[in-house]
Amino acid sequence: MAATLPSAYPVERNPGTPFDLRLVEAVRVNRSAVERRAATLPTRRTVKKEWQAAWLLHAIRTIDLTTLSGDDTPGTVRRLCAKARQPVRPELLQALGVGQLRLSVGAVCVYHEMVPTALEALAGSGIPVAAVSTGFPAGLTPHRLKLQEIEASVAAGAQEIDIVISRRHVLTGNWKALYQEVRDFREACGPAHMKSILAVGELGSLKNVLKASLVCMQAGSDFIKTSTGKEAVNATLPHSLVMVRAIRAYYEETGYKVGFKPAGGIRSAKQALDWLILMKEELGLEWMQPHLFRIGASALLNDIERQLEHLAYGRYASMQYQPLG
Amino acid sequence: MTIAELMETLPYGPALEAAQPALDWLKAHQNRFALFIGGRWQPPASREWFPTLNPANGQTLAQVAQAGPADVDKAVRAARKALAGWRQTPGHLRARYLYALARQIQKHARLFAVLETLDNGKPIRETRDIDVPLAVRHFYYHAGWAQLMERELASYEPVGVVGQIIPWNFPLLMLAWKIAPALAMGNTVVLKPAEWTPLTALLFAELCAQVGLPPGVVNILTGDGRTGAALVAHPGVDKIAFTGSTEVGRQIRRVTAGSGKKLSLELGGKSPFIVFEDADLDSAVEGVVDAIWFNQGQVCCAGSRLLLQEGIAERMVAKLKARMEKLRLGNPLDKAVDMGAIIGPVQLQKIERLVQQGVAEGAELWQPSWAVPQEGCFYPPTLLTRVAPASTLAQEEIFGPVLATLTFRTPEEAVRLANNTRYGLAASIWSEDINLALDIATQVKAGVVWINSTNLFDAAAGFGGYRESGFGREGGKEGLWEYVKKKGLRQPTTSKAKPKRAKLEASPALRNFPLSLPPIDRTAKLFIGGRQVRPDSGYSRVVYAPDGQRLGEVGLGNRKDIRNAVEAARGAFEPWRQTPAYQRAQILYYLAENLSERAAEFAWRIQAQTGQDGQAEVEAALEALFAAAAWADKYEGVAHPTPLRNVTLALPEPIGVMGLLCPDDQPLLALARLAGLALALGNTLVVVPSFQAPLTATDFYQVLETSDVPAGTFNIVTGVRDELAQTLAEHDDVDAIWYAGPREGWALVERASAGNLKRTWTLPAHGPLPDADEILRQATQIKNIWVPYGA
Repeated sequence: MAATLPSAYPVERNPGTPFDLRLVEAVRVNRSAVERRAATLPTRRTVKKEWQAAWLLHAIRTIDLTTLSGDDTPGTVRRLCAKARQPVRPELLQALGVGQLRLSVGAVCVYHEMVPTALEALAGSGIPVAAVSTGFPAGLTPHRLKLQEIEASVAAGAQEIDIVISRRHVLTGNWKALYQEVRDFREACGPAHMKSILAVGELGSLKNVLKASLVCMQAGSDFIKTSTGKEAVNATLPHSLVMVRAIRAYYEETGYKVGFKPAGGIRSAKQALDWLILMKEELGLEWMQPHLFRIGASALLNDIERQLEHLAYGRYASMQYQPLG
Repeated sequence: MTIAELMETLPYGPALEAAQPALDWLKAHQNRFALFIGGRWQPPASREWFPTLNPANGQTLAQVAQAGPADVDKAVRAARKALAGWRQTPGHLRARYLYALARQIQKHARLFAVLETLDNGKPIRETRDIDVPLAVRHFYYHAGWAQLMERELASYEPVGVVGQIIPWNFPLLMLAWKIAPALAMGNTVVLKPAEWTPLTALLFAELCAQVGLPPGVVNILTGDGRTGAALVAHPGVDKIAFTGSTEVGRQIRRVTAGSGKKLSLELGGKSPFIVFEDADLDSAVEGVVDAIWFNQGQVCCAGSRLLLQEGIAERMVAKLKARMEKLRLGNPLDKAVDMGAIIGPVQLQKIERLVQQGVAEGAELWQPSWAVPQEGCFYPPTLLTRVAPASTLAQEEIFGPVLATLTFRTPEEAVRLANNTRYGLAASIWSEDINLALDIATQVKAGVVWINSTNLFDAAAGFGGYRESGFGREGGKEGLWEYVKKKGLRQPTTSKAKPKRAKLEASPALRNFPLSLPPIDRTAKLFIGGRQVRPDSGYSRVVYAPDGQRLGEVGLGNRKDIRNAVEAARGAFEPWRQTPAYQRAQILYYLAENLSERAAEFAWRIQAQTGQDGQAEVEAALEALFAAAAWADKYEGVAHPTPLRNVTLALPEPIGVMGLLCPDDQPLLALARLAGLALALGNTLVVVPSFQAPLTATDFYQVLETSDVPAGTFNIVTGVRDELAQTLAEHDDVDAIWYAGPREGWALVERASAGNLKRTWTLPAHGPLPDADEILRQATQIKNIWVPYGA
């Protein structure tokens, strides 16, 4: 199926590597220094005016527009998909001088049960559907059932699978078990792209985040992702910095490019820019593209629209003017 | 470019901070600034004016007055006039003024930031996020000390009128570092900002008037080096505080020698940035960015020598190069640049010259591929590898964005390379192993040590150097001592003022002493390296009693004896410093024990040489040795509450090898009090005993020999005081010199000390000895170690 979507995934997939404990054990991470770098990233860089408009429009392309609520219905998912197809009002794009731009989000992210609805609503748009899986968000269902869940979603047409790792493997230092688990998930994903959710807020330390990132990449993840959005602490810049540094280290070691997805708590346009700055500074332009960078968010899009409106018309906007998802 | 095109490459566009408010402020002053003296703006008597430029584009921002000698005199008089009232202003009121100044700077924070960036060329991010907030913090912090002075420094008083000279690299922040503690402690000041960057000081002067600070408490004199020289030389100034180059610091030391002016110097550096193989290398790379590309490397404590453990050197250099490609240099008002302009063409040329010289000496140069703006004064971030310790790049302070890389194999070698410098301002140590990091932190000769961090500053922590990086601290309680003096400070006494001599017969200690027996002739040699050695000169001199009676001979020590003694003391220093305080105390107690065993003999000698009550002095000396032993493990450091998740340890460390020229009076007590405390805190000594009563010191050899004092720790050279003082003061391997003697001797010692900028402490030849708290402070230097933590 990947072959049918060449433009969406232009890099060679990370096949993973044999488990290499040596690389995992060798990691060094200094929390205070990481926090300092993370804190100064947004103060060292900023984008204004049309540059900001370009960055924000680009940010939209990287959004995994998400609904993961217990009360999701086909109706709410269809609304979300409509927003995914047309994330910004055409008249606003016109005002910004990009009326011809075919703008859509990176993917729509839903639970398994909503995959058919989303596929139907997005038909012909080229927007992939991502399904959260493997007992999302806690990941404590039986391993066998997790594999079946992945297979079911892929069979239903999901092109991206967001799996959750077993946090206990990290917290007990059982890296081999983590590797095997994610390897199994990857096999079950087959052609679908796999994003491994670390749930960084539950891993206890930045060192564990770094180690888990490396193990997940060794096990063949296409993306590593910060959070489910359901933990007490979700995407933060320090966690993200550690993960993108792991991506860089893995790339330098193997030559494979793994993507990064911060998710959970990214609600403002300013935050989206901060994460784009992080990617540009630590990994460069290619890693800002949707095939290597996604922001998992639901409310973010509306705030970006408001900012764009301000950039286009020079006055501050109201949420009521931004169509709901 | 259209937005659609921008979406393809996602560049950072320009993000300029508006200059207009600052330019408006300049315009409101007709772009012309007079001198701020006695609370009023006064044109310079010199009638000279000079321009201050924006280094990013060379444009003139304003004309400022050149203060001449007459203006300096006027300002010093204004400060003197204000002093009486200000020093008596209750601490709480002074606190209110300092608090108001903090508030005012905060309220005008952006104006200060923009003005500073225009005048200095440093990025707006730095002035906005670092310089101005730290300056504000400094005034808040010292408002607190003004409030607490009466209680916490009860036996101290202000020094008086303080002349302050600050550099161009952190104009407002250095002003804050100077003015806040001075005012808090009740001093009045005359401050000269650097001629390249006077503007924020002038804005600050305006705020002083606004908050109603009494006229004359703060005076701001703009001008060049001539103004500074006039201020330094002015007899009405009680203290000079200087931040700037080591060369100018040396000149100031020489000029003020013997003047009685208190002096603090914050000078240059060539600070090591040490990366061990177990460091978080990605974070260390960011550390390097903050260490050497902060403020274009124009930072006295810049981590300009990168020491890499060989195993990770190649990886680290590759990471650094990749990072350097990402640095952005340009218009300093752009909120998204990392580096702005170099302060001026002179500095730019100096940087270029030193880098060329380094390359000629064999270093490999690397600069990022992007281009530097043609207009304005810019220099790219520069990495030099294959730098030998002997090369110019490793030794000389460049004061630019230039990093010299060296490699090491072992922690021991890292320390050796780190300390292979004339400077000792700061050090940055990167390792995830706390054992290793703290071990290195204690061994590096630097006033500030940052573990897994760099260039962290806060008003609550002391900042200042070892060695030729200067002396005195700024910030923390340790910084306050530079702006106070002990109440009722001893003045040098004349010989007429000497206390009445006791009669020799009066001492009960002598009653049973067998004076009638003919004494065995004794040869008092020198005591060097734990052995009694003959003086190199082969000469002796006779020691007489006050009544003219011949008491014996002592060797006439000379330059070579001093050289040998210093060598012995240097060799003994590290082991003695590392001897646990408990054990040092035991040795001091043992000294007291053995001295007490021979109390009568010592009492007799003292009385014979000085005519004073010998027994009383021996008793006092025993008590002094007990006090020294007591202090050995009780002169403690503190943990400063700096606003970061870290422990900031302020540790008193011994200064090193000390020369001690004893006062004439109380030969044994002076020895016990001064040498005892210096020894207790881990220094090693070369002592020149009282000229009048040297036999007490030579008798003391046997006490030293029987008390487990390690060889070389305590050396004694008898001879002519000022001759030996000169040799000691000039000696580059002596770290401090305490001199008791006449004023001419103070001048001699202070002038000669300028060579390696050793710490000096001058005392009167006669009169009471200083209190223990002062001696303890003089015997130590504070090292601040920042240890950030986080699981």
